[in-house]
Amino acid sequence: MNHDSYPDNYIRGILNSVKSIAMVGASPVNVRPSYFAFKYLAQRGYDMIPVNPGHVGKELLGKPFVASLRDIGRPIDMIDIFRNSSHIMPVVEEALTLDPLPKVIWMQLGARDDAAAEKAEAAGIKVVMNRCPKIEYGRLSSEISWMGVNSRTLSSKRPPAPTQGMRLSLNRMSVGGGDTAASDRAAKNKSEQG
Amino acid sequence: MSDRLPGFSTLAVHAGAQPDPTTGARATPIYQTTSFVFNDADHAASLFGLQAFGNIYTRIGNPTNAVLEERVAALEGGTAALAVASGHAAQVVVLQQLLQPGDEFIAARKLYGGSINQFTHAFKSFGWNVVWADPDDIASFERAVTPRTKAIFIESIANPAGSITDIEAISTVARKAGVPLIVDNTLASPYLIRPIDHGADIVVHSLTKFLGGHGNSLGGIIVDAGTFDWSTGGKYPMLSEPRPEYHGIRLQETFGNFAFAIACRVLGLRDLGPALSPFNAFMILTGIETLPLRMQKHCDNAKAIAEFLAGHPAVASVSYAGLANDKYNQLARKYAPKGAGAVFTFSLKGGYDAGVSLVSKLQLFSHLANVGDTRSLVIHPASTTHSQLDDAAKIKSGAGPDVVRLSIGIEDKEDLIADLEQALGA
Repeated sequence: MNHDSYPDNYIRGILNSVKSIAMVGASPVNVRPSYFAFKYLAQRGYDMIPVNPGHVGKELLGKPFVASLRDIGRPIDMIDIFRNSSHIMPVVEEALTLDPLPKVIWMQLGARDDAAAEKAEAAGIKVVMNRCPKIEYGRLSSEISWMGVNSRTLSSKRPPAPTQGMRLSLNRMSVGGGDTAASDRAAKNKSEQG
Repeated sequence: MSDRLPGFSTLAVHAGAQPDPTTGARATPIYQTTSFVFNDADHAASLFGLQAFGNIYTRIGNPTNAVLEERVAALEGGTAALAVASGHAAQVVVLQQLLQPGDEFIAARKLYGGSINQFTHAFKSFGWNVVWADPDDIASFERAVTPRTKAIFIESIANPAGSITDIEAISTVARKAGVPLIVDNTLASPYLIRPIDHGADIVVHSLTKFLGGHGNSLGGIIVDAGTFDWSTGGKYPMLSEPRPEYHGIRLQETFGNFAFAIACRVLGLRDLGPALSPFNAFMILTGIETLPLRMQKHCDNAKAIAEFLAGHPAVASVSYAGLANDKYNQLARKYAPKGAGAVFTFSLKGGYDAGVSLVSKLQLFSHLANVGDTRSLVIHPASTTHSQLDDAAKIKSGAGPDVVRLSIGIEDKEDLIADLEQALGA
């Protein structure tokens, strides 16, 4: 998989198929990006599990925190890692001990670990790096267009009026996919320099 | 199914718009409302905390304006955009995110006269110090860089003489200096030049001109290319540092490659207030649907008229980059192969008096201070748009006393040439 840019169909396929998402590094602090993403994905109908050893005994939007992936005790479709790039590998290694394995490992905006991605992919797990599932869901459904963001999708179909708790269609016509060519190039240059 | 990139004309008609979810209306509705109801207290808090997508108040965002924003972002190849009340408002909002009092930005000397005024006087009172450089001398940009430089500002096609700027060369200077390149793309429109493809980090427009295109609605827009890394070195605290206005959110961390557009919205537009009327957004959107058709006609007409003027005995010189012998023709071929725009200047052998006489005799050209209208326009910059500059600055910016500026419309070119001929000849 080329991790500099992703075709929309790859992201769409993931967001359309996964049901349960364990978020590693989920924060109960309501100004953290992980809190925003957790809340949004829960509102769009995903079965969200907050993973953070520092908050065991507490709940995030009614879901109890667990200390580690192994403590979840049931199969999960996707692991969303809200940690810096330097903390990715141990999470991926733990994920690879799960039975059954997760179908997807997703690393948040700003997080990328190519070696960890390679390990996960060797085990048949799909990997997304340096993206936010909230932004991608909002983009492919065009809900993010409310903020003037280029969804890079088109549609001549009448959509339903989005309400809380509703899954949205992600099957709009793509405009080139992934990010814009210019932002992709900038990200690639940065990762090569870094 | 592989992702496929629709063409420019398809984006001009469709990007950002979809049938209205509530009514099925196919044209984009004008959401002429100040405010939007919340579902409940939690929804309200989520919106105010930037946690949910949605509408609060038209000073921060409006569904009609959002369609315009996404459309221009798509046409420019940016990640996001923010529509504001005018091109001038766009410039204030952009620089407010980038400069602290005492900081500097480098600007090309060849700019719209209104921008030269805004930068020289209004921005100086904010403590934002403009340092001028010559777009025909790239090294002058390099020499102007200091540790306080926070941005570089240029026009793709420069007002008033329609000169073409070497965007890539200046973007190299910006990258080396570690500052974003802002390109005012008003006179080119994304149909002729897409500055992001040449290294721009931020694009601004006066939507009032070719994008709206009909001379009926003011508007401005800011496009985020999603290319600049705002996190390094604490140089851009509006983007990289926790914002007290939003409980400590860091915008770059939260919004990634469209953080700049979000900063312009939630720190700039929200607090400075230059919101675009949804009615104007609707008018401009309607204009954009025909941008490719109009722009090509504007350019084709402009070239024919520049050629006519260049051969006329009363004309001393014509500055139009689309002419084969023009100083900027090489740059025009590189950056604007479809046409060199429709705003240019010429000077008359009879000097100032001949210019005044020409303007008074024209029957189809309208004498007014705008460009990028369906109608052809004429003005004498030295006494109007550039009148606040001193004589040396007028000449440096291409608006000397003998210069007349034209903005060529989409009428029949034969009629425009006949009008110029009678006004020049008699």
